[in-house]
Amino acid sequence: MSSSFGSPVRGELALPASAATGPVRVADRVTWIGALDPDLRTFDIILKTANGTTYNAYTVHGSDGVAVIDTVKQEFTDTFLAHLEQVVGYDQITALVLNHLEPDHTGAVPELLRRAPHLKIYVSPRGVQVLRALLKDDFDTYEIIIVTTGDTVSLGDRTLRFLTTPYVHWPDTQCTYLEEQNLLFTCDLLGCHFCDGRLFNDKVGDFRFSFEYYFDHIMRPFKRFVAQALDLIEPLDIDMIVPAHGPILRSHPREYILHYRRLIKSRLASEVGAEKTLLIFYVSAYGATSQMAYAVYAGAAETPDVRVSLFDLQGGEVLPFIDLIEEADGLAFGTPTINGDAVRTVWDLLSSLVDIDTKGKLGAAFGSYGWTGEAVAMVEARLQGLKMRTPEAGLRIKLHPTEDELEQCRAFGRNLAAHLTGRNAPREIDMP
Amino acid sequence: MAKAKVTFTDVSLTVNVPAGTRIIEVSEKIGSGITYGCREGECGTCLTHVIEGGENLSEPSALETRVLKENLAGQNDRLACQCQVLGGEIKVRPA
Repeated sequence: MSSSFGSPVRGELALPASAATGPVRVADRVTWIGALDPDLRTFDIILKTANGTTYNAYTVHGSDGVAVIDTVKQEFTDTFLAHLEQVVGYDQITALVLNHLEPDHTGAVPELLRRAPHLKIYVSPRGVQVLRALLKDDFDTYEIIIVTTGDTVSLGDRTLRFLTTPYVHWPDTQCTYLEEQNLLFTCDLLGCHFCDGRLFNDKVGDFRFSFEYYFDHIMRPFKRFVAQALDLIEPLDIDMIVPAHGPILRSHPREYILHYRRLIKSRLASEVGAEKTLLIFYVSAYGATSQMAYAVYAGAAETPDVRVSLFDLQGGEVLPFIDLIEEADGLAFGTPTINGDAVRTVWDLLSSLVDIDTKGKLGAAFGSYGWTGEAVAMVEARLQGLKMRTPEAGLRIKLHPTEDELEQCRAFGRNLAAHLTGRNAPREIDMP
Repeated sequence: MAKAKVTFTDVSLTVNVPAGTRIIEVSEKIGSGITYGCREGECGTCLTHVIEGGENLSEPSALETRVLKENLAGQNDRLACQCQVLGGEIKVRPA
């Protein structure tokens, strides 16, 4: 209901006159049975959703079976089931395909299974791990079929073929291809949080920002896996991309795949060629950690094929550094210990690295301290948490470094460079 | 106590460890890129490729066997949080 003047009731703004109020035909034999969530403003804690999102679920009707593809967030179960009941009876459903088991796509699974316990569930090998946790004691009562790339399920005159596409953006993710109609169900891949009841990309509002914003926050940490998924998808004939969030991409679908190819490319023009890159970030209160940083920098720069850069974090902003770090081979962080902790500027940057892939990069920490010096170990633990390798033990120096201690810093830098170039001498130690 | 040598090739370091040590116990102490997630054998984060000496590791448990399969692990991959070093020499890297 709209107010007579002033703002309409919240939610109506995002629901144009042609909004979906029931199941929507997507293509021959394929029906949208999802739910609109126009009032959502934050998704998964980490994403802003300025006009909400959609939870897209679908049915595919064959001559000898009906598949449900994904479900919705738990609180929209009633809407989902109401839509489902308008297109198929529970006893006619033969298959439930779960392309991704995050709660926004599996919230209605328990109730659907209660009403249609006979159906077969198709999941990826990693998906079954989450399904086990979702169904708990009921897990063994259902027929669960683990599928990988190339496996198919026949619905009579329609065939679903599976593509294992892990880490886009969970380990369990897969895509499902409707062979006879060239439709690709991608779940989160190529989706976005954009709520417009007109559903199709040639009908909805401008969702370009949402598409890229979604990529940046959901897919960017998994670029290498996105590339692998695109390698699998690109050879297919694709007439429509059918994601689980946001618009259905029926107009020029391949453009969106090409756009993903652009988005996973390097954000910075490479200046370094075959050289390895080491970025040294520091914050300094009285100049001692700064002195250490310059010495680490000087030591690392002695290695000719390592490109070393030095940055005072107090003179920079987080976002450009993230782009730089994404493409770096090694990172060193210098921080003093203040109140028993690393300084906020360092944590701001380290906490933002969740948006990129840091697995396997070289990491190191150093810093001056006055009393306790915990910061270095804290930063090292964070770097390990980011799946980085940290073979050089953190370097701590009390107050300002002496000349001997500065030489320790230069050696630290040289060792980091050696690790980057693979020239570090093999060592043998007893269990620490 | 019986000893074993475990070489982590990603950090060029060989560690002498007592028999019975789990690889993850060593890996996190020396800063190898073999890092842990759940530490309970369920998530697959610590998937480790065994380059040499796989026969010197404990046999995979039913849990590890299942998780390796569900993570599409290769024939020479193990979970660092599950497998124990029995003796001899082993060479590993992050999978």
